[in-house]
Amino acid sequence: MTEVGRPADMARTFAQKALAQASGHESVAIGEIVDARPDIALSHDNTAPIAEIWRQFGQDRVVIPERMAVTLDHAVPAPTVRHAQNHAEVRAFVAEQGIGHFFEVGRGICHQVLSEEAVVLPGDLILGSDSHTPHFGWLGAFGAGVGRSEMAVLWATGELWLRVPESIRIRLEGALGEWVTTKDVALTLIGDLGADGALYRSVEFEGPAIAGLSLDSRAALVNMMAEMGAKNAYMAPDEEVFRYLAGRLLTRPGRRKGRGAEPGEAVEAVAARLERRALCPDPGAAYSAEHVLDLAAVEPRVARPHQVDDTVAVGQLDSVRVDQAFIGTCTNGRLEDLGAVHRVMAGRRTAPGTRMVIVPASSEVWAEALDRGWVEDLVAAGAVFGTPGCGPCMGNHLGVLAPGEVCISSANRNFQGRMGDRGSEIYLASPAVVAASAVAGRIVHPREVAE
Amino acid sequence: MNGPVDVARPFRGRVFRYGDHVNTDVIFPGRYTYTKSRPEEVEPHALEDLDPTFVGRVRPGDVIVAGWNWGCGSSREQAAVCLRYAGVGAVVARSFGRIFYRNALNNGLLAIVCPEAVDVLEEGAEVEVDLDGSVIRHGGTNFGFAPFSPAVRSMIAAGGLIEQTKRRLAG
Repeated sequence: MTEVGRPADMARTFAQKALAQASGHESVAIGEIVDARPDIALSHDNTAPIAEIWRQFGQDRVVIPERMAVTLDHAVPAPTVRHAQNHAEVRAFVAEQGIGHFFEVGRGICHQVLSEEAVVLPGDLILGSDSHTPHFGWLGAFGAGVGRSEMAVLWATGELWLRVPESIRIRLEGALGEWVTTKDVALTLIGDLGADGALYRSVEFEGPAIAGLSLDSRAALVNMMAEMGAKNAYMAPDEEVFRYLAGRLLTRPGRRKGRGAEPGEAVEAVAARLERRALCPDPGAAYSAEHVLDLAAVEPRVARPHQVDDTVAVGQLDSVRVDQAFIGTCTNGRLEDLGAVHRVMAGRRTAPGTRMVIVPASSEVWAEALDRGWVEDLVAAGAVFGTPGCGPCMGNHLGVLAPGEVCISSANRNFQGRMGDRGSEIYLASPAVVAASAVAGRIVHPREVAE
Repeated sequence: MNGPVDVARPFRGRVFRYGDHVNTDVIFPGRYTYTKSRPEEVEPHALEDLDPTFVGRVRPGDVIVAGWNWGCGSSREQAAVCLRYAGVGAVVARSFGRIFYRNALNNGLLAIVCPEAVDVLEEGAEVEVDLDGSVIRHGGTNFGFAPFSPAVRSMIAAGGLIEQTKRRLAG
């Protein structure tokens, strides 16, 4: 049934479809403000301060415990007594409230873990007190970041107002060249369109190139759209995504109704159910801008300090000496990323005066890298490994920078002081470029080291 | 600590001028985000990595004027809270990072998009900000801005999102 003033027959963007579903409307207009009920509410080490806000509401119980997902990841294991106290408060809150999904220290970064655990599914709305929540667009969900107060209100009421954003369509064609990754694609887009190039908007990827991208590569690209100001980002999920999630649901029984798999069910049946949940933009939907990018034309790029959109070709920076190389984060700490690092570094060594810090995005990534023998080779090459989690990304621990030090990082932000002292500098690049720079001691193209 | 100013009524202050793409890391550094959350803990770190002299100079009712995309980056709400408790009444910019924008209004810190004011207002300029009138006054010049919705104004009048939600749940 069509609601008055909401033409259901018009072509709609992904953002319109996702927010209509989450607010119980048949359709919503761009610019409309809706009261949305998220399928998942994500928080992490900030759960304890959010709980402190929530307690001001005088409730005994949060209203959406089964929808809440809490991961300890931002400073793990606790580097100080204050961090340890924070973790203890999070655990006490989780136990008290019977939170549906809780992941302990060392399981990994929230965005990676909730993907591996199939907590977030295609078509979902996930709101997180973390700015990289748009990450979940890689599997066809609408993910957006909110503040702590809003998360507390969400726990207390189950809903939050959201404005239906304008959408940008980015069509991806062609295939990536040798040593080129979706991190380079992201840095190219952000360099071209600016750090506010997608401000307030939904970035919706489409095009024939997507099918040729690995799931890890898709996640890295979607994740980085937070650095273009996007409210959310999206890639249409395909059979590969449905099968990935279905396999994980089958080994994780006991999910609440409609979100899990029955014991003994065929992967195909679960995948088909996930496909029915998926939301795709209509042909002819209204976009505020449309871009086409040929992946074959993308070259390795590096963002210079202290802005993500200040990008140059890697070859322009070979006089920049590197003190630390960092691999990890929700952007580029996955198995494919460690594989690229292994390809560049195995049998070689970090340059004198350059150190290499690797923090896998999850325990699953870590275990698989161990199993494949990569960890042994990388330790022999001079790398040190940290506990799965966010690592030094936002300057808490595990590899912070001294005044004047230069880091090349596979992370997402190179803001002044982010990884330590405000007099340090961060360059952002793909894992392959980071690894090559660790070996060369300066910022170089991977082929200079590995070929 | 100056403490928050009442932004529901017109207030006066001086302009602190900053540039484009000022991110939440330099407004409130990430190294403190999981150990400092309360207003009195976060206020001393306001703009620590952008302008270490800011906290010593800011007075109640002062206004930050900046360029594009103020508050981009992390979702950390302390970036809004630290400015509010340092006494800042409003940030006037060409555009805002979307999570900062929500956090600011939810905490009673005005986030005002007004490119005309950004074009003109210089460091140290004296201004008056009038929420009801949707105007920034400077000398004899008035810079109008798009009015906030009744819902946002009633939230600010209630003292922010938390106070408003307390009343709603008690109601």
